[in-house]
Amino acid sequence: MENIEKLNLAEIPLYTYDKKTKQAFFLKHIMELFDHHCHHSAEFSRMMSAINYQKQNVNSIEDLPFIPVRLFKMFELASVSKEQVFKTMTSSGTTGQAVSKIFLDKQTAALQTQMLSRIVSNYLGNTRVPMIIIDCEATIKNRNQFSARAAGISGFSLFASKRLFALNDDMSLNLDGLKKFVEENKAKTIFMFGFTFIVYQHFYRELMKSTQKFDLSNSVLIHGGGWKKLFLEAVDNATFKSQLNSVCGLNRIHDYYGMVEQTGTIHMECEEGYLHTSEYSDIIVRDPKDFSVCRNGVEGIIQLLSLLPISYPGQSILTEDIGVILGEDECKCGRKGKYFKVNGRLKNAEVRGCSDTYGESSRRS
Amino acid sequence: MEKVLEEVEFLLGDKFELAEELLTQPSHDVFSEDILSFLSDISELLLKSSSIRAFPDVATFAFYCRKANLSAIKRIHQTGSEYRIGRGLLFHITPGNVPVNFAYSFFAGLVTGNINIVRIPSKNYEQVDLIINAIKTVLLRENYKSIFSKRVFMVRYSRESSATEFFSSICDVRIIWGGDYTINEIRKSPIPPKSTEVTFSDRYSISIINAERYLKVLEKGKIAIDFYNDTYLFDQNACTSPQTIYWIGSSIDVEYAQREFWKILQQILLEKKFELQPILSVEKLTTFYAQAITFGDIEKGPQCTNDIWRVKNWSVHRDIDLFKCGSGYFNEVNVLSLDELSPVINRKFQTIGYIGFSKEELENWLKRSKPLGVDRIVPVGRTMDFSLIWDGYDLVSNLSRTIEIN
Repeated sequence: MENIEKLNLAEIPLYTYDKKTKQAFFLKHIMELFDHHCHHSAEFSRMMSAINYQKQNVNSIEDLPFIPVRLFKMFELASVSKEQVFKTMTSSGTTGQAVSKIFLDKQTAALQTQMLSRIVSNYLGNTRVPMIIIDCEATIKNRNQFSARAAGISGFSLFASKRLFALNDDMSLNLDGLKKFVEENKAKTIFMFGFTFIVYQHFYRELMKSTQKFDLSNSVLIHGGGWKKLFLEAVDNATFKSQLNSVCGLNRIHDYYGMVEQTGTIHMECEEGYLHTSEYSDIIVRDPKDFSVCRNGVEGIIQLLSLLPISYPGQSILTEDIGVILGEDECKCGRKGKYFKVNGRLKNAEVRGCSDTYGESSRRS
Repeated sequence: MEKVLEEVEFLLGDKFELAEELLTQPSHDVFSEDILSFLSDISELLLKSSSIRAFPDVATFAFYCRKANLSAIKRIHQTGSEYRIGRGLLFHITPGNVPVNFAYSFFAGLVTGNINIVRIPSKNYEQVDLIINAIKTVLLRENYKSIFSKRVFMVRYSRESSATEFFSSICDVRIIWGGDYTINEIRKSPIPPKSTEVTFSDRYSISIINAERYLKVLEKGKIAIDFYNDTYLFDQNACTSPQTIYWIGSSIDVEYAQREFWKILQQILLEKKFELQPILSVEKLTTFYAQAITFGDIEKGPQCTNDIWRVKNWSVHRDIDLFKCGSGYFNEVNVLSLDELSPVINRKFQTIGYIGFSKEELENWLKRSKPLGVDRIVPVGRTMDFSLIWDGYDLVSNLSRTIEIN
């Protein structure tokens, strides 16, 4: 396990390894992680023996097993003892739904913070900047449950020289505070952060209605959390960007894709509009018919790999998202690594059978 | 007029205004001639229509209601000499995902002499329309109109409506299909103290195959189609669909038998153009890993594909019924005799589909082991056949009453 302890995130300048170098580096480390979890998580070990996982049969990352994310909602999967758990993260499920529970020890938590910081500074630069959080402060005050939303806010706050919560605790827009903050910092780049749906619902829509005008053309917005709700309202990424631009002049807007099961390992949307893997993460798109690997350009189920999960077996997970890899090392933005798009989520199953009169198939997920 | 009825769409039957109009009507005799000829006329009309060719499930229902079968059913079920009439008003809540199920529920309620209010699933199925239209046509005939127009109601309403509460409050028997969740939801609406309920809860079904005898069978293609009909036809999600297959025999026989069995089934899936919904690939993998974590000694079976997901169990697990997924997720266990599986059969077990056993062998096993569960044991291919004894309920006696005369 020694090598895992040594994983050094400062080692490589991000987005510089070409395909071959990345493969060799990544495969070595992720196989160590598989070993580590087979030894330290009884649950993971049982899963691997059920599919007869043999490391000598692995020649590339495509040969590695993957576990569906829903398992983190059904079982408490950890590769450290209870005493070593430093923080438990939960997904932001709606009431009544099972939530994912992710167990972090100090090392993994630190790796997540560092990773996030390295990725974001690739877009924001290395200096701290004034930050507008498009959320309310109450979100992070509830420490009983460390939700993905709170984790996102506090994680991204690393880059803040000072912060403003743009929403009041009732989620209304704090127009006066916003105005003051923007004026005070008009000479600087302002970093804005929020969850996609909240940005749209509580920021964009409110600005639309308001008579006050803001000039945020000097700002950078980073947002994430998924498009499920906005797709329902037929708002796609392009619409989102142009609408925001029209109300406040924002033109540097980056979506990011990540999961609570792999916090820190986010995939940022580049200037060309594509999501990127780094040296420490990877993506494989699989055909739902037989889980075979889809060629670039072909849509399938997204599998995510990350070198960070040490305290829990989340290094190779099968999501319920569908997406497509567009290429590797060749994105016009200049970053090396795979670049891809997320197209949405797998449709809930419509099953025949004699159950489910009342729930009418809304009970799954 | 009862206000709640405004929210109810009557697909069939005259909209009534007051519960009293229904409740003052006398019940009919069980298996009365009027009812049987009404049903056989519906059957005749359906069988004549060309559109049922596309719907084997409608054809099966029509065939079930044909005159000769009705007489046979009457002969089998009308045994005692006591006088039996319907209990009165039945309220049926039928499942959203099996299109023709409502028709069988209705059938059971009608032959037992009752007034029937059947809640039809909100999803649109051509099968439902076909059957309802046939009933409607027959209902318009002069000889039936006066008898049945206030006894046969097919209704639809939204989940938010309080119609369930209303119909529950006036029914003599409530029949709930749709599993545990539905039953618990519907039970929030009380029924009158003297009324009764027939509930079809979540069940678990299995197959048993005698490997040595299966290997000797010549018609393996037919067996595969039968098995397909038991499982994939309803996404392995009907309560009668086998989830676990217990292979009885030596490990060598079982291995050969399994190889043949799944190879032919794969062929059938191709012929039937079976297409697995993408999310179900993920669900099968999730179920498999959850089972691996819980049991510790399972393995992905040979020739396991996303379409036919095979799980090899190295021991006979008691809680195997917790791991079902549907759409082709099969647990397999090799045992030397039926006695080995007796202890795992709990109250949730419903149907056993079999290949390669005689009735006598099965009877002997039952008498020996007296399993806690199991309501029916039928040949593979017949697990979906409807019968008036269903899920352990004798529907004729549950939906009718006797009047004692001394």
